[in-house]
Amino acid sequence: MEGQDLAQAYRLFECIQCGRCTGGCPMSLKTRFNIRRLIYEALVYENIDLQSKEVLWDCSTCATCTLRCPKGLDPTDIVIGMRSILVEGGRIPPTIRDALKSLAIRGNPLTMAKEERADWAEGLGVKEISEGAKVLYFVGCSPSYDPRVQRVAKALVQAFKKADVDFGILGNEEVCCGSEARRVGETGLFEMLQELNLETLEPYPVELMVTTSPHCYNAFQNEYQGLDFKVQHYTQFVAGLIDEGKLPLSKEVKRIVTYQDPCFLGKQNKIFEEPRKILKSIPGLELRELDRSRERSLCCEGGGGRMWAEGTNPEERLAHTRVQEAMDLGAEVLATACPFCLLTLEDAAKTVAGEIEVMDIMELVVEAL
Amino acid sequence: MGPRIGVYVCHCGVNIAATVDVEAVTRFAQGLPSVAIARDYTYMCSDPGQALIKEDIEKFGLTKVVVASCSPMMHEPTFRGTIQEAGLNPYCLEMANIREQCSWVHGEKDKATRKAIQLVAAAVGKAFLLEPLEERRADVTPAALVIGGGIAGMQAALDIAKAGFLVYLVEKEPRLGGHLAQLGKTFPNLESVTPLLSKAIEEVEGHPNIDLLTSAEVVGVEGYIGNFKVKVTDRTTRRELKVGTIVVATGYDLFDAQLKPEYGYGVYEKVITGLEFERLVSSSGPGEGEILVKGKEPQDVVFIQCVGSRDKSVGQEYCSRICCMYTAKQAFLVKEMLPQARVTVLYMDVRAYGKGFEEFYDQVRGEGVIYRRGNPSEIYKKGERLVIRAEDTLLGEPIQLEADLVVLATGITPRRDSLKIANLLKLPRSADGFFMEAHPKLRPVDTVMNGVYLAGCCQGPKDIPDTVAQAKAAAASAMAPLCQGQVKVEAVTSIIDEELCSGCGICAEVCVYDALSLHERKGVMTINEVLCKGCGACAVACPSKAIKLSHFTPTQILAQVDALV
Repeated sequence: MEGQDLAQAYRLFECIQCGRCTGGCPMSLKTRFNIRRLIYEALVYENIDLQSKEVLWDCSTCATCTLRCPKGLDPTDIVIGMRSILVEGGRIPPTIRDALKSLAIRGNPLTMAKEERADWAEGLGVKEISEGAKVLYFVGCSPSYDPRVQRVAKALVQAFKKADVDFGILGNEEVCCGSEARRVGETGLFEMLQELNLETLEPYPVELMVTTSPHCYNAFQNEYQGLDFKVQHYTQFVAGLIDEGKLPLSKEVKRIVTYQDPCFLGKQNKIFEEPRKILKSIPGLELRELDRSRERSLCCEGGGGRMWAEGTNPEERLAHTRVQEAMDLGAEVLATACPFCLLTLEDAAKTVAGEIEVMDIMELVVEAL
Repeated sequence: MGPRIGVYVCHCGVNIAATVDVEAVTRFAQGLPSVAIARDYTYMCSDPGQALIKEDIEKFGLTKVVVASCSPMMHEPTFRGTIQEAGLNPYCLEMANIREQCSWVHGEKDKATRKAIQLVAAAVGKAFLLEPLEERRADVTPAALVIGGGIAGMQAALDIAKAGFLVYLVEKEPRLGGHLAQLGKTFPNLESVTPLLSKAIEEVEGHPNIDLLTSAEVVGVEGYIGNFKVKVTDRTTRRELKVGTIVVATGYDLFDAQLKPEYGYGVYEKVITGLEFERLVSSSGPGEGEILVKGKEPQDVVFIQCVGSRDKSVGQEYCSRICCMYTAKQAFLVKEMLPQARVTVLYMDVRAYGKGFEEFYDQVRGEGVIYRRGNPSEIYKKGERLVIRAEDTLLGEPIQLEADLVVLATGITPRRDSLKIANLLKLPRSADGFFMEAHPKLRPVDTVMNGVYLAGCCQGPKDIPDTVAQAKAAAASAMAPLCQGQVKVEAVTSIIDEELCSGCGICAEVCVYDALSLHERKGVMTINEVLCKGCGACAVACPSKAIKLSHFTPTQILAQVDALV
């Protein structure tokens, strides 16, 4: 790959090498991944040897670099572009390759059967969207298949029912939104999944789509072309239900809780208030803020394909740091609103000395119902 | 005898001649009816070029002149002067723009030449019908208004007052001094601000020609150069001032550091702005001349440059120009007051461009202030201390610096109320939000509104000497019409045909200069020729075709069109 091609495609000539991207990058402190330097190399070397840049797989696409860039460049997208060059050349970590293969064949990265996608909802009395409903609940891959995250999907269903929401799911018709495929550089697969989803959605007169995952939300909200209805992350929708008095939270939940801002919800979509609003509406719950919160929140390291690849420094995930910070704060519960955060943080909590529970906001909500 | 027209085709060096066959254009022009003489020359605007035109006017008895060269924005005033000197009415000139609208934008010589020929033909067609116009004059009220009592406004007011004119100085706050009153020492010579400022304030307050209105605001402006009527109000009274010219010196606001939440300003007490640092080290500050953070002397002080400057993510694309040097000054002061403290400046480029700046920057580093290249991305807490996350881009290493005090070099932004002033005075603002000068190089203190001038940071970020220099320039410009006692008024204005006008008032609605009003007795519209800028909007809007614009009459325009098609 010619560095100049990258420079043209991503406006790298405008970079002033200020270092804010790497300075803010959560990975830069633990691995040799340095996006500022990669940009510089692409600018000054005639040929940039990406094949040897294993560090490119360290990026969790949290987009802090993009937020901090003073020149309006998008270093996250540059990483994705560099990854797509690696993917084209077949240089890809085997675990990511397997996930992509599963995505292409089964519509989910977890190598699970397509026809088992809606099994989690069995016995819950959830309508399929084909039966007609105003609100489409887009469940997502982990909430459909991962037993831990299924609890979040079930909690959402419980809350929807309590609030008399007219909702349905796509059932086994649902396929992955493609967000992670795009982020590991498989743009073609992302486009294929987008097309599949748009085709599936086409006949249904949906007014609103609600997602479990901030990653799905971000894809539908910011990356899909041609959706003709509103998209919300569940924290926005549920905060609305609480506001309208449709979801009375009556039981006390006497716990000290802190909140991890998921990057795809907070930093990337500026949804900071709604999750906090939900937590503050729960009677008895004490919300303590982490020092690094909102725009300064620390990534859990679960995005950008990192659920399937360890990166060059597998020793200590940032999720560990996060769990430790939560414990130092005296929190009994580390709450979040993202399936990837939930899984990485819970993994980390298992290896940290002391007691802390990692929960999704919805699990706390149903405790209060 | 019909008009005798001279046509002058300019080469503009190679700017036109390389793309347009200027000789062919000249030969063509020579063949047009009523053209007495056509010539081409390397630079028509040069002295010999202008002399050529003047000689021909006399020799051939020319009555109209066509110059085919650059945009009339560039040299119309030049050539109007030329033909006036040779005894013609300056409005007997027509220009064909064969540079900006031809040679600069086309590549093929054949086609470009053909287009130039058509443009010249159109200009000659119009020139044939041009009529002499009368330049008029209006009397000037011998007083000035200065809006803003910071150092820019005070300096401008003093200069005008010292020249013997009455000045109204309007300041929003109860006291004079503006932002300067909040500073301790100046860069690069570490001079104390207080004596400088007190002297200026005393002079302003004591000057018999200055009418000082503090806690007051301008709420209305009417009129035009020479005769502005300005409404000023304080809490209790309302005054109407009559002035000939206006100097705008409304200053700036500091960038709100909370718009960059990654630096934790407003969250951490130990993160302060540069302006707050001025108070921290001041002898009247909390430490009474000692730097104390929460009662303790800081061991590690980190300065962060470019907070809200050169940063598109917060819509501040420009460099604020003062922060590099005020940071150097502040870092120097820390070293002076706390020699054992580690002082680090995190920067992306150091801009030490002014007189004595580079020398001062050398001196500051010589004192042991460490400059590390890398603009930080984040600040968070570590116990009682702060951690600054950055990349040292020269090492290529991410770093975490600990500090007891972080000073943000916050930049300069347009005042939040600048839109109000812009609307009052009909001043355009440039993309950065600051008031726009009439020309970035040649008219840096004028505005497009005749009689309104700019001084200081309201036009763009600048340091004290640049502010004072601009204030003095604005004062000089504002005084010129006052000294003259009369101002020239645009000769190209709209003309109303009272036979056709129905007095419907649509023209008044489209006029941005408030130049049209209904004549109560006659029932038709009348034009205030002093206010009219000759834009032609009313002529277009008039449903009765009762308005025409002199120098751009329908017959003149149609003659141009005929020649083109």
